[in-house]
Amino acid sequence: MTTHYLVLSALLFAIGGAGVLIRRNAIVVFMCVELMLNACNLAFVTFARQHGNLDGQVIAFFVMIVAAAEVVVGLAIIVTIFRTRRSASVDDANLLKY
Amino acid sequence: MGESITFWVLAVVSVAAALGMVASRKAVYSALMLGLVMLSLAVLYAVQDAPFLAAVQIIVYTGAVMMLFLFVLMLVGVDTIDSLVETIRGQRFWAVVGGVGFAALLALAVGNATIGDATGLSGATTQAGGNVPALAELIFTKYVFAFEVTSALLITAALGAMVLAHRERTAPKPTQKDLSRARFLAFGETGRAPTPLPGPGTYARHNAIDMPALLPDGSISELSVNRVIARHAGGRPEIKPAEEPTREPIKEPTKEDVK
Repeated sequence: MTTHYLVLSALLFAIGGAGVLIRRNAIVVFMCVELMLNACNLAFVTFARQHGNLDGQVIAFFVMIVAAAEVVVGLAIIVTIFRTRRSASVDDANLLKY
Repeated sequence: MGESITFWVLAVVSVAAALGMVASRKAVYSALMLGLVMLSLAVLYAVQDAPFLAAVQIIVYTGAVMMLFLFVLMLVGVDTIDSLVETIRGQRFWAVVGGVGFAALLALAVGNATIGDATGLSGATTQAGGNVPALAELIFTKYVFAFEVTSALLITAALGAMVLAHRERTAPKPTQKDLSRARFLAFGETGRAPTPLPGPGTYARHNAIDMPALLPDGSISELSVNRVIARHAGGRPEIKPAEEPTREPIKEPTKEDVK
């Protein structure tokens, strides 16, 4: 069963990674990052059961906390960028290029 | 047996929802799909002897994080659709190829590893008396420093969000008088109604948000339905996107008119 969970986690992680590369809307890109974090949590929980050790679950718990903090700051940045540039596309924020 | 049935159902659901999240054009659909993935993962945690994490997953992710996502989506504009212009040529194609390759690589690596039977968590949890007490013991002894640092992180994040979202007011706040004057000036120039817009569903059969209000003569008031909803109501031809009312601008009365 462990292998199944790990393969599911790998699939979700890869889908999230591909989504980050494909999508242009900053909020959707952010959702894909969240999906990748969730996939990692699934692997942590699976390994915790595999090894009979609760450390994996504690790490997954900390990942959730950090992800929550990251969402708050990230969405605030997106709102700020939208307020000044009237766009939520990651292609439009390219001033550093020039 | 029960676990493998749960796993296969939820695995199919979560992978399909994740693909739907990446593929759907509208950001709100993506958010709902992500919520579905998170709920399935919560059930998978519960199946894997992690009831505390399952509860936290539902409360923190589907409860708080998804609501925050939807809130910001409403703020930033739900009708912003992804631009289809590729800044790098062939980026989408190669991203898909890379994603499939990465998934195959990870899955094959996991599949090739020899993984024995799961030890199970009963040995780790029985001594403390359950999953939650055992986790609490770990968090407040071995990981207590990380836990304290986490509180600092959360405070910093809250403060950071406040600083980022705060806007310094450069112009004085418009009073009710200013707003009213601006409304009537707009009415004189463009004919835009100075009154509040009519609510949806007034005098109609029901008061759903996408049901346009009826005017005294029985025709539909397009102003009563939100533009975004009206556009989405594809199968209902009677609802057209609301348009700003056009009217001849009101002219300044001349001396001839007064006479």
